[in-house]
Amino acid sequence: MNVACDIELQRKLTPGPDETLVFDAPKSLVDTPMHFCPGCQHGLIHRIVARTLDDMGLQERAIAVGSVGCSVFVYRYISMDCVEAPHGRATAVATGVKRARPGNFVYTFQGDGDLAAIGTAEAIHAANRGERISVIFVNNTTYGMTGGQMAPTTLLGQKTTTCVKGRERETAGAPIRMAELMAQLDGVAFSARVAVNSVKNIRKAEKAVRRAFEVQEQGLGFGFVEFLSTCPTNWRLDPIKANERVETEMIPCFPLGVFKEMGE
Amino acid sequence: MADAVQKKFIKGNEAIVYGALDAGCECYFAYPITPQNDIPELMSALLPERGGSFVQAESEVASANMLLGAAACGARSCTSSSSPGISLMQEAISYLAGSELPTVIVNMNRGGPGLGNLGPSQGDYFQAVKGGGHGDYRTLVLAPASGQECYDMMIEAFDLAFKYRNPVLVLGDSTVGQMKEPVVMRGPAPRNDYGAEDWRLEGARGRSPRLLKSLFLEDNSLGEHNRKLAEKYEAMQKEARAETFATEDAELVVVAFGVIGRIAKSAVRELRARGFKVGLVRPQTLYPFPSALLADLARKGRDIGRHFLTIEHNCGQMVEDVRLAVRRDADSAFFGYMPGDMPSSDDFIGPILEALENRNESKEHKE
Repeated sequence: MNVACDIELQRKLTPGPDETLVFDAPKSLVDTPMHFCPGCQHGLIHRIVARTLDDMGLQERAIAVGSVGCSVFVYRYISMDCVEAPHGRATAVATGVKRARPGNFVYTFQGDGDLAAIGTAEAIHAANRGERISVIFVNNTTYGMTGGQMAPTTLLGQKTTTCVKGRERETAGAPIRMAELMAQLDGVAFSARVAVNSVKNIRKAEKAVRRAFEVQEQGLGFGFVEFLSTCPTNWRLDPIKANERVETEMIPCFPLGVFKEMGE
Repeated sequence: MADAVQKKFIKGNEAIVYGALDAGCECYFAYPITPQNDIPELMSALLPERGGSFVQAESEVASANMLLGAAACGARSCTSSSSPGISLMQEAISYLAGSELPTVIVNMNRGGPGLGNLGPSQGDYFQAVKGGGHGDYRTLVLAPASGQECYDMMIEAFDLAFKYRNPVLVLGDSTVGQMKEPVVMRGPAPRNDYGAEDWRLEGARGRSPRLLKSLFLEDNSLGEHNRKLAEKYEAMQKEARAETFATEDAELVVVAFGVIGRIAKSAVRELRARGFKVGLVRPQTLYPFPSALLADLARKGRDIGRHFLTIEHNCGQMVEDVRLAVRRDADSAFFGYMPGDMPSSDDFIGPILEALENRNESKEHKE
């Protein structure tokens, strides 16, 4: 019965002689159910990355470095060689990979607890050395996988399980803006912050990922893209309200844009 | 190649570098710390010349994780540090062992705990031999006692790392690293990657993607993984090795490793000349530990009431393994020279004679 359904689906998806295919799944993306919660934007970000890898013909040359948190299962969704890094160490592991195999394309996929808390030193120094690697950084203002604790990116006043009255500047500091920080470093060839809360923003995100990958291929330096992403489960919001929060609360604190771009 | 053989008067730290290079080291990542800075300094000059990659990392946390990346690509990688720096690497060493990745980590042990001092110590024995990081894993541990062994054991370490797909530690100390001795270097060693082409990451061109990880969430998968690792550690036991000296008729066998073993050998030689029946075992591998060799010595020495004395540059760590090894037929006394400065063979004469005396007393008591 499933097989019959699949054949039926396949028939519907195959463009007819008078039709043009305008959207399909990237080759670099594994055709499997994702573990992400409803309304989470991690899956969308994986798709954008996979599409860019396809478009640039990088899949067979790419080595992905996984991290710890909701991002840990990158290896389940991306069809390419992959090594798993300890929490926060993905940019150091990627440095080792790239130094051992300079001809390969190397990227990391990291969350905000991973890159902007426990792995800040590794991220900043890999960037400052101008390692020829690309970093996809997902900022959802919380520790998603461990159950919604305060992250370095948690907004002031945002309630989490470790700041139940809301984050206070006095005791917990203010949200850290990684894309701007990265842009200050000479080794960084591209740094941008993007969102995927609207079609318009998704288009901009695709361009940013492409540029962050190109600077590695061109040998210009470190490429960095910060994605603003939702966490409906830990934000205690439904997917639509979570998506709205990106616009109303996150973007005012984390402005979108390209903060650094080196030309070829 | 006879013309590749060279003899140089160099420090143990330098011998480590030449050994690594002759073993085909391609990537070296490290953070400076006394008393092993000769290693990163010389590496930074020589490795890039040979087409390798040198990175001075921002911390030992980072350098050990760079190893993980390079090792995942099947590159010949190594790092070096000293005690506090090795503590910072333990997380990555656990991941390297869990992901079954080959690499070489040199520890020129200095005085501890904490910042301790810069002098020699064997205080990191437990950390090196019993795991150090989290989880149920083992690393092979080699213990050089001379500049020559620093060179030879680096070549051996790279080979063992690939043979078992496991991190290998080389545990020296301030003394063996700083001491200058003639070292014979044989040129590039034969290289065997033991089938690394079947697992290393290089991009999935024309084959299915490969994955190197230590996460095992599916039911029973972690248990299976741990069992597989345990079988590998069991297979490593055959690599255990020690230098033995004058043990044949010895009533007391001194057990000591590294430079302390070498100093103890001088004391044993002197006491032999004075007519005392003493011998020495110097473990060259600390994991696997030469337990079978020690157990055999204990069994064969039962009739003469053979006893053991473990001498260490700490408050008593390896002695636990010696006692476990000889427990059916004998026991081991312990003498600890406190870490931080250097003993001479004279410092060991008294403790050896005392252990010999106590052994005779307990033998008479039994009789």
